[in-house]
Amino acid sequence: MALLEVNNLQVSFVTRMGTNRAVDGISFSVETGKITAIIGESGSGKSVACYSMLGLIPQPPGRIDGGEALFEGRDLLQMSEAQLREIRGRDVAMIFQDPMTCLNPYMTIGKQLMEPLLYHKHVSKEQAKNRALELLEEVGIRDPESTFENFPHQFSGGMRQRVMIAMALINEPKLLIADEPTTALDVTIQAQILKLIADLQTKRDIGVIFISHDLAVVADIADQIIVMQQGKVVEGGDSQHIFHNAEHPYTRKLLAAIPAGSKTPMAGETRPLIQVRELCTWFEQGRHKEPVKAVNDVSFDINRGEVLGLVGESGSGKSTIGRSILRLVHVTSGSVTFDGTDVTRLEGGDLKNFRSRMQMIFQDPFASLNPRMTVFDTLAEPLLLHGIENRKTVASGVLKLMDDVGLARNFVRKYPHEFSGGQRQRIAIGRALATHPEFVVADEPVSALDVTIQAQILDLMQGLSREYGLTMLFVSHDLAVVRHLADRILVLYKGEVVEQGTGDDLFERPQQEYTRQLLQSIPGRALIA
Amino acid sequence: MTTEVITDITEAEQGSSLWHDAWLRLRKNKLALFGGITLILFVIIAILTPWIAPYSYETQNLDLGATPPSAAHWLGTDIFGRDLLTQIMYGGRISLAVGFVATSVALIIGISWGAVAGYVGGRVDAAMMRFVDILYALPFMIFIVLLMVVFGRNILLLFLAIGAVEWLTMARIMRSQVQQLRQQEFVEAAISLGLPPSTIIRRHLIPNALGPIIVYTTLTIPSVMLLEAFLSFLGLGIQPPQTSWGLLISYGAETMEEFPWLLIFPGLALTLTLFSLNFLGDGLRDALDVRRSKD
Repeated sequence: MALLEVNNLQVSFVTRMGTNRAVDGISFSVETGKITAIIGESGSGKSVACYSMLGLIPQPPGRIDGGEALFEGRDLLQMSEAQLREIRGRDVAMIFQDPMTCLNPYMTIGKQLMEPLLYHKHVSKEQAKNRALELLEEVGIRDPESTFENFPHQFSGGMRQRVMIAMALINEPKLLIADEPTTALDVTIQAQILKLIADLQTKRDIGVIFISHDLAVVADIADQIIVMQQGKVVEGGDSQHIFHNAEHPYTRKLLAAIPAGSKTPMAGETRPLIQVRELCTWFEQGRHKEPVKAVNDVSFDINRGEVLGLVGESGSGKSTIGRSILRLVHVTSGSVTFDGTDVTRLEGGDLKNFRSRMQMIFQDPFASLNPRMTVFDTLAEPLLLHGIENRKTVASGVLKLMDDVGLARNFVRKYPHEFSGGQRQRIAIGRALATHPEFVVADEPVSALDVTIQAQILDLMQGLSREYGLTMLFVSHDLAVVRHLADRILVLYKGEVVEQGTGDDLFERPQQEYTRQLLQSIPGRALIA
Repeated sequence: MTTEVITDITEAEQGSSLWHDAWLRLRKNKLALFGGITLILFVIIAILTPWIAPYSYETQNLDLGATPPSAAHWLGTDIFGRDLLTQIMYGGRISLAVGFVATSVALIIGISWGAVAGYVGGRVDAAMMRFVDILYALPFMIFIVLLMVVFGRNILLLFLAIGAVEWLTMARIMRSQVQQLRQQEFVEAAISLGLPPSTIIRRHLIPNALGPIIVYTTLTIPSVMLLEAFLSFLGLGIQPPQTSWGLLISYGAETMEEFPWLLIFPGLALTLTLFSLNFLGDGLRDALDVRRSKD
């Protein structure tokens, strides 16, 4: 008998705008000792399906219209709230995307770990503590004794996710639901967490549901894959089958969206547009502390028309390099020469003119657009500021930009919140290109987006960079994306360049240990090789 | 569809879409509209009072004394036989002026001070906010008494003095809002576009910080009106025969058992103003929050 068997589950959201069928008759089963991955983009209903079974969606607006979810033969949908509470956290546990928001910042890790134990199993405090320490050890927290009294903010993202996993496992659940548990993490940390989940699953012989938007992430660990689109299961089955013999066009689209291959490096003469020399950007920490050396003695050139990839994990200083070149942070020492001028010394009007020649595309399109400005206002601002259009012609300029980035013209009066992530990123790209810059820093422009949208935005950026003749610094933690897009790649570690070369050089002949480690962390390596 | 839109964005879009859209949304909010119209009506009456008031506010009629509302005196008379409607109309001139002028002073100084401190940060911020702290620490009454002693009693000075006290909180609210917003990437994007700091503050920061400011403003106006009454009561504000709502209410409160109408009617005038302000303020806040409604 399957551990969990879902039959024809239907869930709707009832709002003023009408009824929206979020989960439309899906069926699947989860076996003990196997990892079942549910894949789909935002809004496909993958999370709603799992949450609704456990009574975790607010009702109303949510409404379960029908179906059954048999957990060990008992229908979860027929249970009372009290019965569900017994099941949640004891038999079924969950881990979430953002471990920071899921941990109480005012409670020590130890207390939070002991809480479910004291609630669900009637054990003494002493026993609970020992159990919690064992688990912290098991999920790979070094020196659990001394971290037991620490607060969540004292842990890194990866460590917090480990704590979350320990918390989920503490009552020895039979089913673990992991909702995008690695999406907020760096590639190297992601690889570690994925391995941890796979190991724990084997060791404890439990069932796992792994929810993700990214097929590549689950490639190495999933036994079964279910692909969802618009509330329906479009394809499901053995993971080998999905990766090698996918039949449904949507599954194929998802597979195609995994960035693969290497860009052929630019040929012909190379003239540097930007020369970065001995760049240091340090952040002061107050009088008696050592400054944080975010960027430390970095030198490189970016040639005209080239896409230079900058790769590294969080804290490697890759974003700070981009921001230093654009003068968004204060440069401690060194020089950045742009087309013959040292931009680190520019002031006033010179700086303003120079700004129109280099622009930035930000990571989070939800934060990088002013929520109170319409698409029109956002795009018109740079056009008017730099005198590219005047008040009379600005409307046509804005519409031209919208055409270029593939936004329908009738969106012109809408505000950012009315758009999806991908559409917002298009607006942000339009704003960056408004001044016809020669150079663009793209800071993780796709890492906040779903894979299929990622592919679209990357295509758009490639097309536009040809059309506009752009030189680009492409910052990302995702090696596969960078390889797909960049002519040359710089690998950054703790503020310093450790290795550089073409995509093929790095992937096939990595010289440094750190580069090798990065390469091994790429999810689903087999798929992109 | 597409062609229709292209011709559509030439005129109206040139201005700030935010305020245009906010107005469209505000127009649909009946309560806010009611509040706005009531306030405008009160202001018009206040301006026209010298010509439309039924009686003179100074003329006493001691024989008449306090009478309840009648055909000759719609809202009755006070203990000196003065017409209450006339007094409320004249009182409204002072109260509304104090409320709006002092609050405007507070708004202008507070928003600019707080926005600059929050945006620039560092030592400038520290210096600017310590200055605010010093003013906070000054005993407010001594400050006003000093002003009155040095410059003589003067209504305009009263407005300024009240405004000079009320802006402190406004500056603090604004600063904390701007500090949060400054971290957002859209501000970085604005910097990298080459916008000068003044434009960034004006166009990107202030509109996003208005919600709490509007709410606080609707609270400030009534508190300013009551502050004026308090000062006048102490003899620092306006003096009889001039009057204000605050003064009328405090006198009315003394005789409320014998002559309740002397408290009820001025109280009603003030209450109606406050309701209108709150409705308008809530409406404005919602209208400026583009995320709230989708039409």
